[in-house]
Amino acid sequence: MTGLRYVYAVCGPFDADLRAGLMGVAGAPPELLAHRGLVAVVSTVPEEDFAEEPLRRRMEDLDWLTATARAHQSVIDALTAVTTPLPLRLATVFRDDSGVRAMTEERGDDFRRALDRLDGRVEWGVKVYLEKAGEADGEKDSSSASPASSALTGREYLRQRRRRVRTNEDRWRHAEIFASELHRTLSDHAENCRLHAPQNSALSGATGQNVLNAAYLVPRGDSEQFIELVDRTKSDADAASSGLRVELTGPWAVYSFTDEFTDEFTEKFTEEDV
Amino acid sequence: MTSPANRLPKPYGNDGGSNLADILERVLDKGVVIAGDIRINLLDIELLTIKLRLIVASVDKAKEMGIDWWEEDPALSSRAHRGELARENAELRERLAELERGGAPREAS
Repeated sequence: MTGLRYVYAVCGPFDADLRAGLMGVAGAPPELLAHRGLVAVVSTVPEEDFAEEPLRRRMEDLDWLTATARAHQSVIDALTAVTTPLPLRLATVFRDDSGVRAMTEERGDDFRRALDRLDGRVEWGVKVYLEKAGEADGEKDSSSASPASSALTGREYLRQRRRRVRTNEDRWRHAEIFASELHRTLSDHAENCRLHAPQNSALSGATGQNVLNAAYLVPRGDSEQFIELVDRTKSDADAASSGLRVELTGPWAVYSFTDEFTDEFTEKFTEEDV
Repeated sequence: MTSPANRLPKPYGNDGGSNLADILERVLDKGVVIAGDIRINLLDIELLTIKLRLIVASVDKAKEMGIDWWEEDPALSSRAHRGELARENAELRERLAELERGGAPREAS
């Protein structure tokens, strides 16, 4: 057999069907591999893409990475609709089912602990963007393109420039205050939260500057309420007039909250590399 | 999705086609990290560490690795923004000195 086993997530036993026709990575349907009270969600992937050498090459290919990441996420999404999956990092691959079983067994206590803690929760992502200056304020009237501006004296030029700098500084300060207040409010309505690095707009394609990128852990049943809370800040006239935009994404699987597992990989690598 | 037991609200985001950055950020940097039989170190992946820099590293990890580009990038960090302001102010002071010596602003000359 030239297939490897790709693991998407580990869940507790669940009593529901996955979406019919669901396709995972490399176009293969996900299967459930139950072992000692845990369920690993797996599919077969070709060795020519997922063995060590080809995988390293494939990961350098943004199109392949995008397709793989979306397929991985679509399986996680389908699982999130019916249970609380513990999502594994992209491209967690084993030689065969016995490898997957051994892993489930070895880390069984960690999985069970995480599931106890996270069962019934989802993750919501909230980002705040600050639109570029000029899009929000009408400072174009004093643009240097107007013939009058060439007649500006140095002092007037400096005064204008200083005013513009100050406006910009004020906008940033305002954005920071807005983002930290929003974060405080949302944290009060969430069980847990994580702050992530701001996103690169080259990749996200979002306009404006990402000033807050946070994840909130919320029980499913409280999600509607959480959404309403975010929606209220979206329609906050003050935020809109200051060039601030709030964006909500989710429900995600509990990606940002699986602390039991975050360091093992890096540590192992460091040990091996020495 | 029609299951009555499913109390999850409809997805928020770009109509199901979530932002690639959101997905990559999660599937590559968050979630359960288990060493499988196939081992690749994401830090060795040039695309991830250089082109898409944000992905492999959460804030603390990134700092350890010396990746703190968003702090230097005025578009992403207010701290860097203040640094930029300081530079701008210095520039302006220089320019003011120039003007007071009787020189004309460069753009106007």
